[in-house]
Amino acid sequence: MPCLGSSSERAGPLYDQVTSNKRRSALLIAAFVALIAVMGLAFSVAIGFGPIGVIVAVLIAGALAFTSYWKSDSIALAMSRAQPADPQVYARLHNLVEGLCIASGTPVPRLYVVDDPAPNAFATGRNPRHAAIAVTTGLLEKMNRVELEGVLAHELSHIRNYDILVSTLAVTMVGAAALLSDFGIRFMWFGGGRRSGDGGGGGNPILLVGALLLLILAPILAVLMQLAISRRREALADMSAVEITRYPPGLIAALEKLRDDGTVVQSGNRATAHLWIEEPVPTREDTEQAKRWTHLFNTHPPIEDRIAALREL
Amino acid sequence: MWIAVIVIVVVVLIFVVWPIAIYNRLVALRLRIDNAWSQIDVQLNRRNDLIPNLVETVKGYASHERETLEGVTAARNAAVSAQTPAEQATADNMITGALGKLFALQEAYPDLKADQNFRQLQEELTSTEDRIAYARQFYNDQVRGYNTSIQQFPALIVARAGKFEEREFFDAPEDARAVPRVEF
Repeated sequence: MPCLGSSSERAGPLYDQVTSNKRRSALLIAAFVALIAVMGLAFSVAIGFGPIGVIVAVLIAGALAFTSYWKSDSIALAMSRAQPADPQVYARLHNLVEGLCIASGTPVPRLYVVDDPAPNAFATGRNPRHAAIAVTTGLLEKMNRVELEGVLAHELSHIRNYDILVSTLAVTMVGAAALLSDFGIRFMWFGGGRRSGDGGGGGNPILLVGALLLLILAPILAVLMQLAISRRREALADMSAVEITRYPPGLIAALEKLRDDGTVVQSGNRATAHLWIEEPVPTREDTEQAKRWTHLFNTHPPIEDRIAALREL
Repeated sequence: MWIAVIVIVVVVLIFVVWPIAIYNRLVALRLRIDNAWSQIDVQLNRRNDLIPNLVETVKGYASHERETLEGVTAARNAAVSAQTPAEQATADNMITGALGKLFALQEAYPDLKADQNFRQLQEELTSTEDRIAYARQFYNDQVRGYNTSIQQFPALIVARAGKFEEREFFDAPEDARAVPRVEF
């Protein structure tokens, strides 16, 4: 008998992870709607729209949250320039995923390929029935069958644990909030200029509100990201992956290859960073500020720790 | 009056609704085992269908390797005619060994190694071997879950009354999982 954790043993942490992820998602949506409402309030106070501005903002927030839930997977895939993987061309990829789905009793996710030499992969979707896995062409080239299977099992575990729901919601919502605040600030600059031209004296409070907006927004965005990213879940996904394949050396070899490979995903960016199996964004050290942000948004535990944890099995 | 109603409701919940819920859950678990078993059969049939194609393709390049080719065909026929799980397990081992020899031939025949059809069949067969192992692993996981459920209290009472019997695990030979892992 395989000795790696029976299903009754695993039910505990896995079940906890699924419920906690669903709770996080609800919290994320609530925080997002509240954030947009606050932004709407600040904006309409600055412009002088009154309460209608708040209602409009809440409506926009509702629409965005709805889109995030139903369409976030397509958005994340489009942001990474992922193309559907042809079952004929990528037969091995399809075969491996189907095998892992048989082993774990999961519906087969849609499969995508990102044309990028850096080896990496991510999973997205809102639940196991509506999920997708994307891998880079670099991953397919550099990994052998067993290693690729380990990586795919890791991604499939993210799907089964509902990690994908939280992280994909974060991608679209943080993106949308940043876009809206950017738009609002630009609009106020434009409106503020006109106003001070008319009678003067209106510029100061507007600038104040703009500054306030930025002040409110930055930490909330950070909290949202932190909420979505739990380092624990990467380690948990590694463990669940090995539980499916019952073969730790596969994932260990894959992680070692990822560690030793220096290439960086071209289409990776901050918003999608925490989706990937390995951090796709290089650690920039341009300015002091950039450094601090990188540290705050470190999405993955050190790969060395993950390998060590798997070796202990 | 009200107390009587509450007592009746509680009694109905405990002695009727609850056991029915447990019974239905056990039925669902048992059905899942049967489904998992038929998944294994699907993959076994797939392998049995793929092997003749592979043998034909290899014949085109290495027709005089008769011993190896016949070994594969014989193992496949043994698998098709297997009646008991024990026979099936023996035949599976034969197939895995014979396929290993067959795939090893490509090192001696570069043309065979380059053949698109051969490579495709090799990929299909390797992944089918994996799927058989995975389907059995899933079957065993389901059996373990079900066996655990019918032995736990209070489901135990319903299981006894409803004649839910313990299911057997599929016992794979110790090294069965290691063999398809070989990279050719």
